[in-house]
Amino acid sequence: MQLRLRSGSGLIMKLDALERGRRATITSVDWDAIAPDEGKRLRALGLDEGARTAIAHRGVFGGRDPIAVMVGRMTIAIRRVHAAAMVVEPA
Amino acid sequence: MNAPRKAALVGNPNAGKSALFNALTGARQKIANYPGVTVERKAGRLVLGSGEEIELIDLPGSYSFDATSPDEEVTRALVHGEFQGESAPDVMVLVLDAANLEQHLVFAQEVIELGRPTVVALNMVDLAQRDGLTLDPDALSQALGVPVVPTVAVRRKGLAELTAAIASAEADAMADDMAHPRPHLTLPERRLAARNIAKAAILSQSTTRRLHAGLDRILLHPWLGPPILFALLFVIFQAVFAWATPFADGLEALAGLLAGLVNTAVPAGIFRDFLTEGVIAGVGGVVVFLPQIVILFAFILMMEATGYMARAAFIMDRMMASVGLSGRSFIPLLSSFACAIPGIMATRSIADPKDRLTTILIAPLMTCSARLPVYGVVIAAVIPNIKVWGAIGLQGLVLFALYVAGIVGAMVVALVLRRSVTAGRASGFIMELPRYQLPRLRDLAIGLWQRAWVFLRRAGTIIFAATVVLWVLLTFPQAEPGESQLDVSVAGKIATAMHVAFEPIGFNREMTLALVPAMAAREVAVASLATTYAVDTEDEAQTEQALREQIASRWSLPTALAFLAWFVFAPQCLSTIAVARRETNGWKWPVFMLAYLFALAYVFAGITFWAATALGL
Repeated sequence: MQLRLRSGSGLIMKLDALERGRRATITSVDWDAIAPDEGKRLRALGLDEGARTAIAHRGVFGGRDPIAVMVGRMTIAIRRVHAAAMVVEPA
Repeated sequence: MNAPRKAALVGNPNAGKSALFNALTGARQKIANYPGVTVERKAGRLVLGSGEEIELIDLPGSYSFDATSPDEEVTRALVHGEFQGESAPDVMVLVLDAANLEQHLVFAQEVIELGRPTVVALNMVDLAQRDGLTLDPDALSQALGVPVVPTVAVRRKGLAELTAAIASAEADAMADDMAHPRPHLTLPERRLAARNIAKAAILSQSTTRRLHAGLDRILLHPWLGPPILFALLFVIFQAVFAWATPFADGLEALAGLLAGLVNTAVPAGIFRDFLTEGVIAGVGGVVVFLPQIVILFAFILMMEATGYMARAAFIMDRMMASVGLSGRSFIPLLSSFACAIPGIMATRSIADPKDRLTTILIAPLMTCSARLPVYGVVIAAVIPNIKVWGAIGLQGLVLFALYVAGIVGAMVVALVLRRSVTAGRASGFIMELPRYQLPRLRDLAIGLWQRAWVFLRRAGTIIFAATVVLWVLLTFPQAEPGESQLDVSVAGKIATAMHVAFEPIGFNREMTLALVPAMAAREVAVASLATTYAVDTEDEAQTEQALREQIASRWSLPTALAFLAWFVFAPQCLSTIAVARRETNGWKWPVFMLAYLFALAYVFAGITFWAATALGL
């Protein structure tokens, strides 16, 4: 995990802890925490190191699962376990 | 090479491929299955400007050739020419969502790298504009090195230009049949290139996505979203019954009219009996349910076309997770309310094999439309048409309870299976939520027609054949005066033998008899009962009304309830078993499915019968 001084806020957190609507950049992903097939799919959808993302929606009935994240102009539903494996730096 | 020339539509899911396919081929399409897998092979004829025709196939949407789900594997194998019995397409028609360029260009590069003649359809440019994007197709074409045609499939814009581009690419393919692969990039390289190409092609952009985001703020709201979905589902099931009634009545009147016509035109005798008691009573009793099936599918297709279906999966994910499944299983299961066959086929988008298998195994528990004839007739016959709690009818309530019994049963079975035979790591949920879109009537109509046709074909083949065979078994040998036709007939003897096993759970002999042909399809049970009572009473008027009266006078309430409980679980549908076999590559799982469902059916019919008897119903 490295801090980027250029644009970010300097903060580092897991994606699942990011507040709704706040933009962030994925700095690292713990791919070992994600099943190989799911890792492939997440990468194919563009959820990978360097991607800019934000949480659009979270949970139903007060739960924290699933999560809808924005990547580019796409909205992607993932589970909290996936988001917890991604380290982000909020903008 | 004399095989028909072929072009294939490829692209990410939600790029609008199917709409483009419908727009290009119109009604000239053929849906079959790829050999060995149940992924639908959608093919149609595309007429080129020269009048020449080529085959256009619509391949399942993919995010990459690094396939993870069965349908993506079909796309990968087919475009690489590795699919058995199917040559690689001569021309690739790459469909890109203009508003999602950066994402869609990643897979696009993978397709272009193959080095086959490729044409890009820059689709949904109107929605991109609505989102504040202005694109430069020429810059995109230059960067990709292939022709780019802006299209709006749902408004039929750019189709002539696209067809012309396909024709010229096809001519190139004729002249030079070799692929000219380009250097292979890694995923990060491709993603970087995609970003740069998209940047070069986007002339201006603003980030107004108000409609889309605004709708999601309501429909995916943690507290508002679920009630909205449940309300919608409630409306759908209400509509299936309320709206279908006039059409069903019309069809029934038509059957009565037909029977009357036959009665006057055909001299009395065995042939007339065959037509009225066998064909019209049997097949007519099933076709009556076409309106309900069409209405249910209309809603499902609409949910898919608007993009709401993925939101429904999002909302249902948490609930499905509690039984070890994911929101992805919701879509096949909802389709299974119409018919388990498209439902089981829709499981192909589930990447996790155990997850998929579990969904296949519980899909037959969703109350499919084939059960409606059975439920409808029996409920109308034995449940009084009275109101409880104001406007809610008791008959509707019983029907609702049967649906709930199926759903609860499915959830419990999923929970048990995920801890035993399909145990494995908890499945994840990763799914793109496509942008909202207004569906085009034509696309809905084509989809609906295809579903209705499948149903009618079943009525005309399996159900017709089963009805005819049953009528013959019921009619011969002929009874002497004073004897009951049912007792004397071959079918009656079979039923008597089987009845030993079904008597303890309250089934009478006609019900037992109905179960045999209903193995072909559940709705045949109604046709079978209709034919049985028609032969037995020599009743010429073959209406559902007559059948209801027979049931009302001959069945006790516990017996009728046991019959309903049986059909909540019983896997009586040859087509479903066949699809499950094809889908799971063997007999192991379909046999397991049959065994566990029949066991559940027997036990629950028994419990229902004994409980109802004990309560003095």
